[in-house]
Amino acid sequence: MAILELVNLTKYYEVNGNRLPVLDGISASLGEGEFVGLIGPSGCGKSTLFNIICGLVKPDGGTLLLDGREGGSPRDVVSYMPQKDLLFPWRSVLDNVVLAREVAGENREAAKREARSLMPLFGLEGFENSFPAQLSGGMRQRAAMMRTALARRPVWLLDEPFGALDAITRKRMQRWILEVWERFKQTVFLVTHDIEEALFLSDRVYVLTPRPARVALHLEVGLSRPRSAGTMTEPEFLKLKKRLMEVLE
Amino acid sequence: MSRNKNAAAPVLFILAGIAVWQGAVTFSGIQPWLLPSPLKVMATLWEMLPLLAKHSGSTLLAAVSGLLAAVLLALCLAAVMDLSPWFKQGLYPLLVLSQTVPIISVAPLFLIWFGLGLFPKIVVVALVCFFPVAVSTVAGMESADPAMVNLLKVMGSSRWQIIRLVRLPAALPSFFAGLKIAGTYAVMGAVIGEWLGASSGLGVYMTRASHSYQLDRVFAAIFVISLVSLLLFLLITLLARLAMPWYYKERNNDNV
Repeated sequence: MAILELVNLTKYYEVNGNRLPVLDGISASLGEGEFVGLIGPSGCGKSTLFNIICGLVKPDGGTLLLDGREGGSPRDVVSYMPQKDLLFPWRSVLDNVVLAREVAGENREAAKREARSLMPLFGLEGFENSFPAQLSGGMRQRAAMMRTALARRPVWLLDEPFGALDAITRKRMQRWILEVWERFKQTVFLVTHDIEEALFLSDRVYVLTPRPARVALHLEVGLSRPRSAGTMTEPEFLKLKKRLMEVLE
Repeated sequence: MSRNKNAAAPVLFILAGIAVWQGAVTFSGIQPWLLPSPLKVMATLWEMLPLLAKHSGSTLLAAVSGLLAAVLLALCLAAVMDLSPWFKQGLYPLLVLSQTVPIISVAPLFLIWFGLGLFPKIVVVALVCFFPVAVSTVAGMESADPAMVNLLKVMGSSRWQIIRLVRLPAALPSFFAGLKIAGTYAVMGAVIGEWLGASSGLGVYMTRASHSYQLDRVFAAIFVISLVSLLLFLLITLLARLAMPWYYKERNNDNV
């Protein structure tokens, strides 16, 4: 059973009295432990879709099934990692990553102990007491990732997490995120503009059309795991990449 | 190194200004009850130090108590205005309007209502300081990144948690900017309160001195008022550094 299922979601915006359709019947499902990618041209309504999944925006039509049920609170299922890292500049790294636990009213010390034990995996050992402004771009994204992980929700929504990083850091982060995923066995829903990134990371990829967004293609990525840098030059990978590029054109 | 250079220029200008003043008084032979020379003012200051210190204490007490009252009130109001847009809509124009009422014209009312003691002075200071702190805090809370607020909402935050975890910390730099302005107003507010009627304080001392044409004493008092205001300002700057180490680290990083 799908842990998160979007059934025929539609959304309109009112612009100068005109109805501007943004989402035009989007259906997708995420199984437990799956890594699912979402690609679309910029401005196609991905943010709106993410806001609906997070419960920040109500859809005009369609339903969102959480754990197979309707009407549940997305907050109990979904943990969100925004495009900007959104680390609070006034909190140390340690205080930032336990934010969700603090909001939930849990014991801060216990959460911090858990965070400390995860610091090596997230490459932040020794930076527990630094402020976000003192970290590099890659480290900030890893800290944001850790905050997402420590929220302990079954689904991670990652909104272009590596969009602002340079190409080399980006490649390194893509391999690293697979390590994290294998460790936590999470369901991941990743939005990206990067075809290679989507293919390299995902089990399945949804491709959206320009606004109003519909699902243009649903692709099974049959590449074996664990994946490595060499995966990107395999013939099968290149074939899938060509297919995606054709659809996106 | 650049810090020393920064300090050298203003010191030079101040010394030059004092030298011109001293020269003008010495060579023009102007009467000291019209304009005393800086040397004379310094001599009076030294002589009057114990008395000035006593009056400064009473002025400073009014200034700091009034400032604290203003900060407390401003923070409460900013939080309430942030929780309720309706409240903000109704109250914000009133806040601005209140600034068009000259404080010097309403201060005598406080004397009639509250007498000659400390309390009316505190009220005057609080009224003067309240506005810059309230307005800058409200603006600072509004400047909080909406994406951060959304992040907290997805985590399931209550409205109070959003204020405590994002809006107030985000407002700190702006709050301290307002507090610095308020700090420099605070001593002035206390002195105005004392002019209109009080039993002690630098304002009382100044009124007495100017009524008897002892301008050297007036200038000595002005010097002390500047000094006290400056100290208050430095204290607030120090507090800002202690309260937001992240803010200053961020700015240092930008300079690198």
